[in-house]
Amino acid sequence: MTFKTPTGVFHALAPVTLAISQGRFVSLIGPSGCGKSTIFNIVAGLLEPTGGRVLIDGVDATATIGRVGYMLQKDLLLPWRTVLDNAILGMEIQGVPLRVARGRALPLLQRYGLSGFEYLYPNSLSGGMRQRAALLRTLLFATDVILLDEPFGALDAQTKLQMQEWLLRLWADFGKTVVFVTHDIEEAIYLSDEVHVMATRPGRIIEAIAVPIARPRPRTVTLSPEFIAIKERCLQLLMVDSQAPLNAAA
Amino acid sequence: MTAHDASDIAMAAPDVAALDAPATPANNPARPIRRLPVQKDWPAWAILTVQIGILIGAVAAWEIAARSGAIDAFFWSQPSAIYRTLIIFFTTGDAWTDIGFTFRSTIFGFLIGTTVGSLLGLSFWWSRNYAAIVQPYIICFESLPKLALAPLVILVFGIGLASKVAIATALTLVVSALTTFAGVKALDPDGEKLFYSLGATRWQVFRKLVVPFCLPWIISVLRVNIGLALTGAIVGEFIASQHGLGRQILYAGQTYDIALVWVAVFALSTLAVVMYVTVSWVESVLRKGVKQ
Repeated sequence: MTFKTPTGVFHALAPVTLAISQGRFVSLIGPSGCGKSTIFNIVAGLLEPTGGRVLIDGVDATATIGRVGYMLQKDLLLPWRTVLDNAILGMEIQGVPLRVARGRALPLLQRYGLSGFEYLYPNSLSGGMRQRAALLRTLLFATDVILLDEPFGALDAQTKLQMQEWLLRLWADFGKTVVFVTHDIEEAIYLSDEVHVMATRPGRIIEAIAVPIARPRPRTVTLSPEFIAIKERCLQLLMVDSQAPLNAAA
Repeated sequence: MTAHDASDIAMAAPDVAALDAPATPANNPARPIRRLPVQKDWPAWAILTVQIGILIGAVAAWEIAARSGAIDAFFWSQPSAIYRTLIIFFTTGDAWTDIGFTFRSTIFGFLIGTTVGSLLGLSFWWSRNYAAIVQPYIICFESLPKLALAPLVILVFGIGLASKVAIATALTLVVSALTTFAGVKALDPDGEKLFYSLGATRWQVFRKLVVPFCLPWIISVLRVNIGLALTGAIVGEFIASQHGLGRQILYAGQTYDIALVWVAVFALSTLAVVMYVTVSWVESVLRKGVKQ
């Protein structure tokens, strides 16, 4: 998967090349306004890049919608639909008959921690549960690639840890290619095979850091020297970047 | 600085000093003891008794005043005469024809106005350019006192049911259109983004996102609209009509049959209350449907 993307008069993104091999879990981290969401919008076909292409399995998917699963920062569950009917939205839009779609979604909801909630409405769910429902909706939309834009940003620390484990289980079961945006360096390293650090003005990827830590990773891995070394490197890169705009302005 | 300010400060000084001493009511007379005011609710039957009492009292006072000559019964009529007229109106008179006529014009106007108005409001979602072009016209029509057009409407649609329906429609349509449009504008763009990221067509976004999202807005104007539709129908009847409660009120007034005016007004308000309660019920049912 490759794309290059400078956009508009305002250069939101410098030419960016990001290649992700199938089934990998890749994170993007960077300061606010570095174009993480712009990249996602371009990959999802919601923005047409001023230059460059999006290739999925070698096929040009630039400015085509419905090719990747995209979970936005908000869960965007429809309040007038049950959790089950929210989860099947993607299939429904793709024209899968309702009964078939529900039949496919129900066992997954039950297996992945939403059993007992299938027929409830989103407003009676906790933040973590809503996020699960939104993630399953993204997964059930049968695409190989899913983009997650800070899915756990609004959750409390404890729920966030649970959700990370939950996500890793899902990822292991489904074998999808995941691109994950977060502000949380530790989260990025813990979850990913590869962390791409971005810088701002214009948005660009300054370094790709591999995370060669074997899976499954225990929680304590975050205290290992290996993990801390990667974290230090990320922090360094982000610190350098936070000074860069000042230099550029001068 | 004035002498007045200075005296204020001088008066405040002893109070400040008093704060150092134990704050008992005795040495701090400036701060009276206050308790939270508590209202005790009366039982429902007591409220109802008083309500009925006021009604009976008012009617009785009216009757007595008219009989004793304190008010002129020719202009004000009196309850006993109104009651006799009421019986005649409903037994040998045109009561049901008139009520039916007003009811029909109101309901048709309400249905047409609300439906067309809501569809118009929803249609603004389809094209921002179209919405931008049409919007000033809608706002002009909104601010225009539509009842002023009533004589014209009567000329065009005749003195039958159609003209009343037209006026009722004109009153309700704009309110529905603007409220629904407000709903369309409140739509979260990220919601649309989600749908498009799933590869949705515009029609799918409209049907599965825009319409359900705007339903609460559409429903919220139902009660306002039923009142407006009734106003429209009555005004239409005032100007030119052969039937209807509005026409009955106007006719009775012109012939100094004040008792009949009261009877028709009474029938009208009963009709209004019945329709209002029905629409409120429909609204609550719809709302429950939308929530779930």
